[in-house]
Amino acid sequence: MPPVTNLETHSHDVVVIGAGGAGLRAAIEAKAAGLSVGLVCKSLLGKAHTVMAEGGVAAALGNVADADSWQVHFRDTMAGGKYLNNARMAQLHAMEAPARVNELERWGAVFDRTPDGRILQRPFGGHSHARLAHVGDRTGLEMIRTLQDRAVAAGIDVYMEATITRLITGRAGATAAFGYWRATGSPILFRAKAIVLATGGIGKAYEVTSNSWEYSGDGHALAYEAGAELIDMEFVQFHPTGMVWPPGVRGLLVTEAVRGEGGILRNKDGERFMWKYLPDERRGEYAATDEEATRWVTALSEGRRTDARRPPELSTRDNVARAIYTEVKEGRGTPHGGVYLDISYLPPEHVRRKLPSMYEQFKELADVDITKGPMEVGPTTHYVMGGIRVEPDSGATTVPGLFAAGECAGGMHGANRLGGNSLSDLLVFGARAGAGATSHAINQPSGEAGFPHVDPVNVREATRELAAPLERVSGDDPYAIQRDLQATMQSLVGIFRVQADLDEALTQLAALRERGQRVQVAGGRSFNPGWDLAFELRNLITVSEAIARSARQRTESRGAHSRLDHPETDDARWGGLNSVVARAEDGTMAVSTSSLPTVPDELRALLGTAH
Amino acid sequence: MDTAHLRVFRGEPNEPGRYEEFDVPVEEGMVVLDALHWVQGHAAPDLAVRWNCKAAKCGSCSAEVDGRPRLTCKTRLSDFDLDQPITVEPMRAFPLIRDLVTDVSWNYAVNATIEPFKPPDDVPQSEWRWQQEDIERVQEYRKCIECFLCQDVCHVLRNHETERPFMGPRFLVRAAGLEMHPLDQADRREYLKDAGGIGYCNITKCCTEVCPEHIKITDNAIIPLKERVADEFYDPIQIVWRTLRGRRPGSAAGAELPVLPTGPGGTSDGGSS
Repeated sequence: MPPVTNLETHSHDVVVIGAGGAGLRAAIEAKAAGLSVGLVCKSLLGKAHTVMAEGGVAAALGNVADADSWQVHFRDTMAGGKYLNNARMAQLHAMEAPARVNELERWGAVFDRTPDGRILQRPFGGHSHARLAHVGDRTGLEMIRTLQDRAVAAGIDVYMEATITRLITGRAGATAAFGYWRATGSPILFRAKAIVLATGGIGKAYEVTSNSWEYSGDGHALAYEAGAELIDMEFVQFHPTGMVWPPGVRGLLVTEAVRGEGGILRNKDGERFMWKYLPDERRGEYAATDEEATRWVTALSEGRRTDARRPPELSTRDNVARAIYTEVKEGRGTPHGGVYLDISYLPPEHVRRKLPSMYEQFKELADVDITKGPMEVGPTTHYVMGGIRVEPDSGATTVPGLFAAGECAGGMHGANRLGGNSLSDLLVFGARAGAGATSHAINQPSGEAGFPHVDPVNVREATRELAAPLERVSGDDPYAIQRDLQATMQSLVGIFRVQADLDEALTQLAALRERGQRVQVAGGRSFNPGWDLAFELRNLITVSEAIARSARQRTESRGAHSRLDHPETDDARWGGLNSVVARAEDGTMAVSTSSLPTVPDELRALLGTAH
Repeated sequence: MDTAHLRVFRGEPNEPGRYEEFDVPVEEGMVVLDALHWVQGHAAPDLAVRWNCKAAKCGSCSAEVDGRPRLTCKTRLSDFDLDQPITVEPMRAFPLIRDLVTDVSWNYAVNATIEPFKPPDDVPQSEWRWQQEDIERVQEYRKCIECFLCQDVCHVLRNHETERPFMGPRFLVRAAGLEMHPLDQADRREYLKDAGGIGYCNITKCCTEVCPEHIKITDNAIIPLKERVADEFYDPIQIVWRTLRGRRPGSAAGAELPVLPTGPGGTSDGGSS
């Protein structure tokens, strides 16, 4: 029953917002339990950001390295995250990822094969063993298509090109999601017994990003507005290798698989600079000489095992990004402000087979043949480790009836995510959030009586808010505000941070929020991208403030968060502390900390003596 | 700095539609989608364009550039004579939503009628083994990014030439990927012949020409499927055998495809193949 007359209203036991890997996997889980499931997405089905994931999905299948196990994957993940990860999440992730990958194969995914016919795995930064199941360099496409086909065959109701602008809350917690059809601009309401947020990341807060327009922090901001907590928002991953030239493709991702297959990073003087940047405590895991690194690459390309250790380019992403940034800053960059990444020393047909979409991307967009010469690359905003605080086992947020999974959820990756762990994250925790939402929904009375009361006052308020940018006769242009926001975040809250910059960023963000509240949009309701941007801006400004406040609070450097004024990792002060952002009573953003849960002894034992 | 002259279709259903012209400053390496974004950010904030990845991986930004179906994120301005206007129009095969955005939901409805992957019941997954060379063809089909340019260019769909629906190249590619999966147990031949209308394809290969993923749609997907269907239904020995053993309907036999609504009326007749 519509809480407001004449409002298009749909009711489902579980409504999932976002149709990337996490949302699709959550929807499949709830549908398999026999529930009615609605899946709402801003774009067409199958276009979500998962489609851009390239290198592979991390799972300790042990098909290439017998020595691999969930315990090693767990340890790598915690070390990569600088021990700020939620250990229970890292454990569930490492234990369940192999089953989730095998499940995809049962659903029709066709991964590359080992010589004995099993799923092939490739090496990646920070992973002790070859662990990434993959399909060339288009793994994300394979995953999203497999999940999409499964979801469609299961009969999930999909609402494509529908944007959610508000979560409606009440005494029961989250009660409904309000939004509009992008094609017509008509408002639409989704009532649900449980809602899963799977909206991805925040990259569009920055100028240089590998993310599409969709990545505007919607789930983060919707949850925050609904009263949920965000954790660890200062940890934004700058992927070391984005394209830097030509200008139109600046930021576009160059997969880590290039380095996984043997790509070498050099500065303009030809120096293989990563040797200088290996952290001392991990140096023993990497090759000691060019010769040893070359032996490792040769063995890999011939499918042979080797005792050679991996090349220095396979250090963790935070470290490689800082190294590249530093090389460029100190005047050793390429003419277009990047460094060189070279895979052209391998046979051309091998490069084309292992990295087909990179070959295409550089040939078509930059006139560079990567089998003949080096690429130019530099850091690009790629992923947010921080996100909505969730219960590890169920994906439950701190708001009853509201669940979250995938990039918009926090905790799994700590201070830095390892490559390949996002695709496994969204499978493992997508399924878990789907199951969590399912048990919440089936614990409500069946049928109509089980739907929580939706407050019509809130719905009318959301309806007014929807129309406001179109009805204003004057105000700021949303594109101009977004350009200014991106400039602020890029220059003041980037790879290296300092207190004065963060203070200035917060001042600028307050002004941007003011302008955002007066945004005026030209044109009508039908498929109007300026109107879409008006709502996304509000979300982007909220997540930007959360990033800046968390970054200002954490007076140390850890993982992806580097403070020039606090360059050391300060375990005594900050070890084991999550940053927490929540809305205060007066509507302002409050930032605080909370202690990580105690790590059980059997997991602690896996981490070694230091932790 | 060079300038590109864009001539962009604007309009909604039930109105004639018009072309608006924009002068866009050109940077090195710029693609048509960059130019459209420049127009949104500086001249026409409500210009409707569908896009996501801007890296030719998601297949959202399909349009017709100077009459040719293309991904606008992969179409370089440097490939055009900048003294001439560059005309950008929506895909013609599908109903218009607004400006460059069309309603492609028919494709999703067709997709839903295809029997999904069906693994064998009697082989546990732990025993599944296949060689890389056994799946290279299937992986070629699975490179498809669903840009629907092949559907747009297919004259059977574009010109509404047939009385019964035709699933189009995209979904023949999907079906081929399923049929040729080393372990798939379903039989989609009757579905392809009847509901899918595979016989309507007369192999003009326009789909292959526009595929941004360079899938050899006609040669590698459609023709092998046509041969499988012909072997099953038109081979005299098979006909006798089928009569003897009795009729066994295949997967999703009897499914009905939805009818493709007509495309945007306001676009020019200037056209692709």
